[in-house]
Amino acid sequence: MSDIKVITLVSVGSHPTSGRPRRAEQDARAVELGMRLVGDRLQLLHAGNPQEEALRAYLGMGLSEMTVLEQPSHCDALPLLNNYLMDAGAHLVLTGSQAETGEGSGALPYLLAERLGWPLVVGLAEVEKVDNGVAQVLQALPRGQRRRLKVRLPFVASVDNAAPAARQNAFGPARRGELHAEDVAVIEDSLLDEAQLQPARPRPKRLKVIKAKTGAERMKAATAKTSGGTGQVLKDVPPQVGAEAIFKLLREEGVLR
Amino acid sequence: MSDIIRRDPRAEWIARNRLHPLHAAMTSAAAGGETSWVGPNGILRKNPHAVGFMGPNGIKRIDRSGAQQGGSAKRSAASTVVQLPLHVVEQPAFHIAVVPDMVGGRLTSHDKDLLGLANKLAGATGAVVAVVFGDYKETAFDTAGVDRLVHIEGEAFDGYAPEARVLALSAVESQLAPRHWLLPDSRTGGGELGRRLGAKLGERAATRVWQVADGQCIGRAGAGQQDLVRQAPRLILAAVECADPVSDTRHEARALPLEHPITRCLPRIEDLGAVAVDPALIPMAEAEFILSGGNGVKDWDQFHHAAEALGATEGASRVAVDDGFMPRDRQVGATGTWVTARVYLAIGISGAIQHLQGISACDKVVAVNMDPGCDMIKRADLAVIGDSREILAALVELVTEYRQGGARDAA
Repeated sequence: MSDIKVITLVSVGSHPTSGRPRRAEQDARAVELGMRLVGDRLQLLHAGNPQEEALRAYLGMGLSEMTVLEQPSHCDALPLLNNYLMDAGAHLVLTGSQAETGEGSGALPYLLAERLGWPLVVGLAEVEKVDNGVAQVLQALPRGQRRRLKVRLPFVASVDNAAPAARQNAFGPARRGELHAEDVAVIEDSLLDEAQLQPARPRPKRLKVIKAKTGAERMKAATAKTSGGTGQVLKDVPPQVGAEAIFKLLREEGVLR
Repeated sequence: MSDIIRRDPRAEWIARNRLHPLHAAMTSAAAGGETSWVGPNGILRKNPHAVGFMGPNGIKRIDRSGAQQGGSAKRSAASTVVQLPLHVVEQPAFHIAVVPDMVGGRLTSHDKDLLGLANKLAGATGAVVAVVFGDYKETAFDTAGVDRLVHIEGEAFDGYAPEARVLALSAVESQLAPRHWLLPDSRTGGGELGRRLGAKLGERAATRVWQVADGQCIGRAGAGQQDLVRQAPRLILAAVECADPVSDTRHEARALPLEHPITRCLPRIEDLGAVAVDPALIPMAEAEFILSGGNGVKDWDQFHHAAEALGATEGASRVAVDDGFMPRDRQVGATGTWVTARVYLAIGISGAIQHLQGISACDKVVAVNMDPGCDMIKRADLAVIGDSREILAALVELVTEYRQGGARDAA
């Protein structure tokens, strides 16, 4: 497994309370996953400002260098990353599933996979094994479930909060690590011409609309204790029959695996 | 039909007033004819059923004093089954396509919100098209606001097949060219499918949208600290509660066949199926299947064994926790965890209101209890009255048999 080349795309996050720049939570998990796969041979790639101090937090996880494609903020990172990855010869590209600053639409891994023509695994939780150019991975599903997938290398994978938690970053390695800036042609992002970012408004609470027309209906709606009375009740049946009814429902709902 | 019993004060007044011109007609008609008459042989005949009148509580009253009150007929409120008005779009000017998540084969509340938003965007002239993959159990597409239903079936779309599904949606795109594509921005599939569709169609999606009005849409950006306001694009991934669900119209849900065959592709991602996860490690708030025990459980070893055999996460009512049979972090209810399970199997729980609050977000509730009158039975979709020990034993036996059978088939 250790002979594959893994690149993790990292971004600058923002602290949920203070809003200060930090390492992005999901990107750090992607770095952690990559380091578990190939150790310190993991390559980091960022498109943005190489002077950003928050980027050093990724190096502080135990990596010695990072490549930065230099571009001003509010530029489109996708073509730069696409061009770089086309020639980089990576087998696996890891990303977080959503940026913490900017648009944060979470579309980057999808667009990258589409442009590179690689398959995309969403919500990667673990890479179980890689042999003969085929990886067997676990995908995280909602409700703590996992699904096993088989996918051919190279592929793009995004990780979410089900991936292993990121290790701490250390100050010394973060200082010593090197950021290699690469000059590339920047491409403006057209989105911000037509859209604007503004501080998040609290969402309106959904009102409970009472549709009752008569007093009796209103009274019923206000005093109704349980909505039930519609369920099936099995009474005076042998336990086997009751168990079979339950078993049938469990199978219909697909919770028995 | 409502069974509310209504008094008729006017009829009662006429029955009291023997001088009223309608007295004779009202009393005899209301009583279902004369109460006594002379038979052909001169014998006085009486109809005992026509005697008396209906009291306000629906109980028949006989007033022997001779001052009978009110008519004897029971007056009930008029039938109240209201058929919602049917919204028909014969020749739609444009289409709004919705791809619901259909978790467990049914529309989720998120899907219903999304259909509400689609109806808002469709107005009177557009048609809302729902694209549904695989088998479904939903029966209420009409009241949820679906004008046309595209049902895509086939082995290629079963399980985890996002690439095949995106190709199917591209076929819908080329046939209908919908004005908007709406998908739920959820982790249960909609968020992924929508972004894949955006990449395929080359549309820049608006994500986490929580309001669409006047051609503008507002969605959360970044880590939720900012909003992005922009022109509503063709592809919208909407958050929960993006709009109110449809509630006052009925729609056709007419089946719409696909004209062109869907392009096949060789799947690059192979689905090897679900992996057994230790259910005890899943946080209870998001567990899918919970086996919960209460005061009625006497054999806790058997309960733990059953949870293991069923692959269910364990929960407990407050009584079971207080008695020391289960740890505190397993308590379900207002003071414990509010659970969101799809199936909640309650063994020996009578259903205190605090417990019922805690399971209000559950889809299907199955109750096993000795007492047929308890509140849990009223909440449950399936209730079995009987000894929980025997029923659990039978259930474990069935499941074990099913598992072993499945293993044999796979081998």
